[in-house]
Amino acid sequence: MSAVVDEQGHHADDHHDHGPEKGLLRWITTTNHKDIGTLYLLFALLMFFVGGAMAMVIRAELFEPGLQFVDPAFFNSMTTMHALVMVFGAVMPAFVGLANWQIPLMIGAADMALPRMNNMSFWMLVAGVLLLASTLFMEGGAPNGGWTLYPPLVLQPITVGKALPFAIFSVHLLGISSIMGAINIIATIFNMRAPAMKMMDMPLFVWTWLITAFLLIAVMPVFAGAVTMLLTDKFFHTSFFNAAGGGDPVLYEHIFWFFGHPEVYIMILPTFGVASTIIPVFARKPLFGYASMVWATGSIAFLSFIVWAHHMFTVGMPLAGELYFMYATMIIAVPTGVKVFNWTATMWEGAMTFETPMLFSIAFVVLFTMGGFTGLMMSIAPSDFQYHDTYFIVAHFHYTLVPASIFMLMAAGYFWLPKWTGHMYNEKIGQLHFWLSAISVNILFFPQHFLGLAGMPRRIPDYAVQFADWNMISSIGGFIFGASQLLFLYIVIDTIRGGTGEKVSDEVWEDAGKHGLEWTLPSPVPYHTWSEPPLIVPTEHVLDSH
Amino acid sequence: MNKAKQLFAGLILMALGLRTSQADYTLNLMKGVTKVSNDIYDLHMLILWICVVIGIVVFGAMFYSIYHHRKSKGHVAKQFHENTTVEIIWTIIPTLILIAMAIPATKTMMELSDVEKSDMTIQVTGRQWYWDYKYLNTDIHFESHLDEASERVHRTASADPRSVPHYLLNVDKPLVIPVKKKVRFVLTSVDVIHSWWVPDLGWKKDANPGFINEAWTSVDKPGIYRGQCTELCGRDHAFMPIVVIAMEQADYDAWVKKTLEEQKQKPDLSDQSREQLMVHGESVYLKNCVGCHQINGAGVPGLIPALTGSKIATGKWESLDGFLRAGTAKMPSFAKLNAKEYAELMTYVRNNLGNKVGDELQPKQTALPDDDD
Repeated sequence: MSAVVDEQGHHADDHHDHGPEKGLLRWITTTNHKDIGTLYLLFALLMFFVGGAMAMVIRAELFEPGLQFVDPAFFNSMTTMHALVMVFGAVMPAFVGLANWQIPLMIGAADMALPRMNNMSFWMLVAGVLLLASTLFMEGGAPNGGWTLYPPLVLQPITVGKALPFAIFSVHLLGISSIMGAINIIATIFNMRAPAMKMMDMPLFVWTWLITAFLLIAVMPVFAGAVTMLLTDKFFHTSFFNAAGGGDPVLYEHIFWFFGHPEVYIMILPTFGVASTIIPVFARKPLFGYASMVWATGSIAFLSFIVWAHHMFTVGMPLAGELYFMYATMIIAVPTGVKVFNWTATMWEGAMTFETPMLFSIAFVVLFTMGGFTGLMMSIAPSDFQYHDTYFIVAHFHYTLVPASIFMLMAAGYFWLPKWTGHMYNEKIGQLHFWLSAISVNILFFPQHFLGLAGMPRRIPDYAVQFADWNMISSIGGFIFGASQLLFLYIVIDTIRGGTGEKVSDEVWEDAGKHGLEWTLPSPVPYHTWSEPPLIVPTEHVLDSH
Repeated sequence: MNKAKQLFAGLILMALGLRTSQADYTLNLMKGVTKVSNDIYDLHMLILWICVVIGIVVFGAMFYSIYHHRKSKGHVAKQFHENTTVEIIWTIIPTLILIAMAIPATKTMMELSDVEKSDMTIQVTGRQWYWDYKYLNTDIHFESHLDEASERVHRTASADPRSVPHYLLNVDKPLVIPVKKKVRFVLTSVDVIHSWWVPDLGWKKDANPGFINEAWTSVDKPGIYRGQCTELCGRDHAFMPIVVIAMEQADYDAWVKKTLEEQKQKPDLSDQSREQLMVHGESVYLKNCVGCHQINGAGVPGLIPALTGSKIATGKWESLDGFLRAGTAKMPSFAKLNAKEYAELMTYVRNNLGNKVGDELQPKQTALPDDDD
């Protein structure tokens, strides 16, 4: 296959580059989807450690009752920045990085549809995150009103200093970057597929990203609008959220969560896509229900727009509102259940092997389901009057983000790194990383369920002594989890530099070629691929329709 | 290490699946002391058990498959997929379970929202960082601050928090209500969003600035019930607890009588020694000023001015007095303090926190001509 690509290149233009430019400029000016994918992924990994370091500060302060290390306002900055960095700096960019690498390879496209915009959206992300990080060094500290940026707190002169406009501008940049990324992904999927690939032939990772991209385009402008209203309330004497001027602080919560709920699915849908890609390969079976997975993803995306106020059950809504948002939220359990049943049915009667990507995927199915269970519990509005804003919800959303999104990002790393680099990672260290992560993540987050039920509110730097023991256990889990991730960093660097030295085949994983186009390309993947689209696409997942 | 031992013991007990006798390892929601809180507990347990059963079935199937359907055991993959019957079944069963959950949940939600026909109403106002309680249609109105012992320990780390009774969950003046009466709460805020939560009552409700929320409770048995603010409200969010004492009607009536009498009492404006002024002044400072200006008067760079060396604090006392009464855009007015508290506070601020003005102010000096305090 690589020979074909090279020939094509010669034909078209003799002096044109066949490989990347040399030096630093390659990375700054690149329009190659693989280079940009790499940039996104490495940047996300860096931010994962930055956000993780903030989490370590939080867990250190909560190790024991009393204030030991940090000032309460700085603690609040840490919770706020940890969330913003992890959401906008780590998880979302990591998935955009995966999309950049994988979507063109999976659909038989030579590159993304809009390569120059692709470069711009990455560098805007960097600018946005740097702007956000700069607030840490400003007078009055980084934003400390929570990642939700609720007014009036975030507008209060005694709470947030000079950081607010910088944080808001940063959100604008991150939003523009995400929207450009989403437009690019949609344009690529709709226009650049190999002619042989129908929509219902697309790998699920591509499907989930297509739907995610629409969510991004729909809600990022809403968030940008909400923070712009904060900006005008603060500096131009408007009163959108100020009751004294006829506004309403609860309005902000509604607007924020109209963005915020789809946002959490933006972080989970591509996760589903990765799981649906990896599990069939290691079960050596087609995905159980391809069409129902596509429809379930679409249903979840649709429902994400009509359930936002379940984040605000205690805000003071009329009974009809409470009941509507309760029922609508409960319905999400149906398509989500379909997904979990599908993954289980895919494993059923398979011939499973348990390499690191599969181990992470199995842990994902189990632990994400636990997050789903607590989600179902919280959808029950009256019960949520107890759970809301306690450590119970902290446990819930960390279960759906850490052993779900983060685990599947790592699974994707182990799964595709050999393809990208041509080197095999060290399986033993990979499995060690998995077991350390899977055990410590539960020591870290499971006790937080107990803390929440026992009455510990979230976002507090100091707590009553009856919460001391579980907090200490949770912190110990946190430190082990944090340290374990250095193994992942080691493995990534080691694999890029040669890994085990074993030459990986084009398929990398046994019979992977049946499951996706990327495995029919050489390993490592050449700099330019699919200059001519493939004529046949693997249809392992849709046997019946062909 | 005593703590390490405790932790170790806890882990062993966990491993054995035992529940410790200490309350420290609380695992579950508390039942609470109202009908609503009990209903919520039942709902919580119902759904928890449903989730446990679903979990056992799904994870059971998965782990069976992981154990038996592995390549290393020579299992060969069966290439089946898509089965409409199975897919319909696993869509319909969860739907039916959800409907079964929704019925009791709806009943409890309706109960929780029904604030009609209450016996009395208390207005709860969230403030940075304490609660203000006003018994409507009576003259009872007081503030409820974190108790001084917790305040000192969390600010100065002067003692182990474990040595403070009810660390961070104790207040100077608790809210008192009668048992078996329907008490309606109207909740609001004057600064940022707070949320009023006592787990034993079964609910929390946000206190939104400029708007009024309603909630209600009817406590079954007398007792002391503790809770905390649960909406992030700034740097001292962790330090505005709630204590509710539920009393038998007769005790409650006696409390009302006593409280009304206390509120009618005029403050003692007689002269105090310098030491007394400083000691009392520190209490007033801890209650009203420390949240922003900090325990050492240093303020917060870029956000809150320092009192140490401040021109206003150490200048003419009359202008400090006027400043405190008026408030500013950043600082609320402290006109609520009486002449005695003014004298004590100003003496403390001017002669501590790194300031040495050297004067002492007596309540008679700071009393306004028309002060009826």
